[in-house]
Amino acid sequence: MEINNNETPLALVVTTRIHGNRMERQRIGAIMIELNNSSIESHYKQLEKAPTGISGLDEITGGGLPRGRPTLITGNAGSGKTLLSMQFLVQGAVKYNEPGVFMAFEETAEELTQNFASLGFDLDKLIANGKILIDYVYIDPSEIEETGDYDLEGLFIRLGCAIDSIGAKRVVLDTIEVLFSGFKNDVILRAELARLFRWLKDKGVTAIVTGERGENALTRYGLEEYVADCVITVDNRMENQIATRRLRIIKYRGSSHGTNEYPFLIEEDGISVLPVTSLRLEHTAPTDKISTGIECLDDMLDGSGCFRGSSILISGTAGTGKTSFANHFVQAACRRGERCIYFAFEESPSQIVRNMRSIGIDLGPLISEGLLQIRSIRPMAFGLEMHLLDILRHINKFQPKVVVFDPISNLINVGVIEDVKSMLTRLIDFMKTKEITTICTSLVDIEDEGQTGQGASSLMDTWIKLRMFETDGERNRGISVIKSRGMKHSNQIREYLLTDRGVRILDVYLGAGAGLLMGSARAAQEAREGEKMLVSDPENERKKRMLERKLRSLKAKMDLLHSEFETEEEELELLVKEDETRSQDLELSREERARTRNSDASQPREEK
Amino acid sequence: MTEVSEEGPALQEQDYEYYILKLYVAGQTPKSLTAFANLKKICEEHLKSRYQIVVVDLLEHPQLAKGDQILAIPTLVRKLPEPVRKIIGDLSNTERVLVGLDLKPARKID
Repeated sequence: MEINNNETPLALVVTTRIHGNRMERQRIGAIMIELNNSSIESHYKQLEKAPTGISGLDEITGGGLPRGRPTLITGNAGSGKTLLSMQFLVQGAVKYNEPGVFMAFEETAEELTQNFASLGFDLDKLIANGKILIDYVYIDPSEIEETGDYDLEGLFIRLGCAIDSIGAKRVVLDTIEVLFSGFKNDVILRAELARLFRWLKDKGVTAIVTGERGENALTRYGLEEYVADCVITVDNRMENQIATRRLRIIKYRGSSHGTNEYPFLIEEDGISVLPVTSLRLEHTAPTDKISTGIECLDDMLDGSGCFRGSSILISGTAGTGKTSFANHFVQAACRRGERCIYFAFEESPSQIVRNMRSIGIDLGPLISEGLLQIRSIRPMAFGLEMHLLDILRHINKFQPKVVVFDPISNLINVGVIEDVKSMLTRLIDFMKTKEITTICTSLVDIEDEGQTGQGASSLMDTWIKLRMFETDGERNRGISVIKSRGMKHSNQIREYLLTDRGVRILDVYLGAGAGLLMGSARAAQEAREGEKMLVSDPENERKKRMLERKLRSLKAKMDLLHSEFETEEEELELLVKEDETRSQDLELSREERARTRNSDASQPREEK
Repeated sequence: MTEVSEEGPALQEQDYEYYILKLYVAGQTPKSLTAFANLKKICEEHLKSRYQIVVVDLLEHPQLAKGDQILAIPTLVRKLPEPVRKIIGDLSNTERVLVGLDLKPARKID
């Protein structure tokens, strides 16, 4: 023991669970004092943190693990402890230029390198570059004989040597509990472990210590007593035969942290934790609108579609064309140059592409242009939380503007109703904060009922209901907007057809008959109206003929007047001519008279 | 260690084998000194002129800890004869040291 503290306060010893010999008690006293000191310190300065580089984990820890201190990660076999700690080292080496030592007690360096190669970690390269050092510590209890007092200085020297050789800033001990099976003297071991963690702190390395989860305690051998700064637990729980990995920060001294259980994924590129349990309603509401891809539907929704970033629910029974509506939306978004991601829970991508082609929507080019991504996944493939994580991960990667879930009602098979609702709430909240327009289709079993399953409708801003109307031995489709927050939407039920050029919403039939007429009934009604038109024709004809007659008689009258006018005119002309000849004669006679009298003919002409 | 019950007759052969013993220490600590003194005594008694003791100070050669998988200090490693055996502690329990070095059948100390 480095601290020979015989005057340990009695209270501390009494409150500890372990009742060992004197040495043990001293140790506990020393640890408690030390821990008290460290917690007092943290009041004065902000705890420095070492980012893990694991997506999500840094967010819930408020920046990473406590720098220069050991963190305990506990969990059952196969819960991802080793992966989490290895990722911490690799990210440290790659992103933050902090080399790390991985002291493995369970797996050899070769095994680790191979295992992590499948996750895309090139450990060999990192090792060759002196960024990571893996030290495999092998303990075979059968070849060790204990003969009196000893300590674990060899381990310290080894670790110290490894740390110094690459200038490590991060250290992982995985799983140090193996020591408990290797050494029989528990008292020495515990004292040495306490010393080891103090030593790690003195070295100033950020350390992760992993431990198997115990029956009633966090770890089988009570490691949490030594590592008191930050404790994270991971597990892999089965619910309804679906496994979900979860992570929780049990404590983080001197720092605030997320307190919930966060699901995490182990995927091709390692662990990702996504803290999506915040249920805040603080998102801003965009005011611009986007088209639904169906002009008539836009008209039904206040003229220009729905708000960007809103959530749209398209509910309907089987075969009402929910997917077709959703794909119209997708096509319209892609035409605007916006990226779309389509989560299909029922059909494969190629099936969707083929089926949509039948209504004239060609998704193929959109996919090849990188505007559309279809991700098909069976709801039963994994748990709800995993779905949520998977969805969010893809959204974060693809950064779409429009997201489609087809159909969201299928997710209910995965979990209990409260879980589904909570998951959907988080999902929709997430979309809204990102201003992503969400289109959810929902399959309903019972016609004419307001249920959408899971009560999802309250989460939705716009609810478009597709219905089948059974009349006169046929089924016809009708669309109505049940609600649309913040817009003056149409309250009419309109018939629509799925044509080879997409969804066609027909004009509202506003005929005399009450109610909505669809299909052949509509056709019949239209025909009846057509007949009425035909019946009313002769009346018109008669009027027309009458008018024509009137016009003709008027014309006749006009002709008569015209001829009368002409006669009068002729007569007038005749009279004028007569007058003229008479005056000429008069003049001639006057000239004659003048000639006979030999007078100057010019004079009188001048006078004239 | 209870499996080593057939060692009795083999004892004769082992008497003629040469022992290479490595004692790993970390500095001149009381434990190391005690261990060395105990080892010397046991060897003189049971392996006279058939042994060689190599003392490895890990403070001087820290990289050597890895090779023999040394965690505890002091550790005595019997390199020869095979198989390799490890004895940890200050070697104050002579009986256990002898069992560890296969110089004495395990059953005698039980």
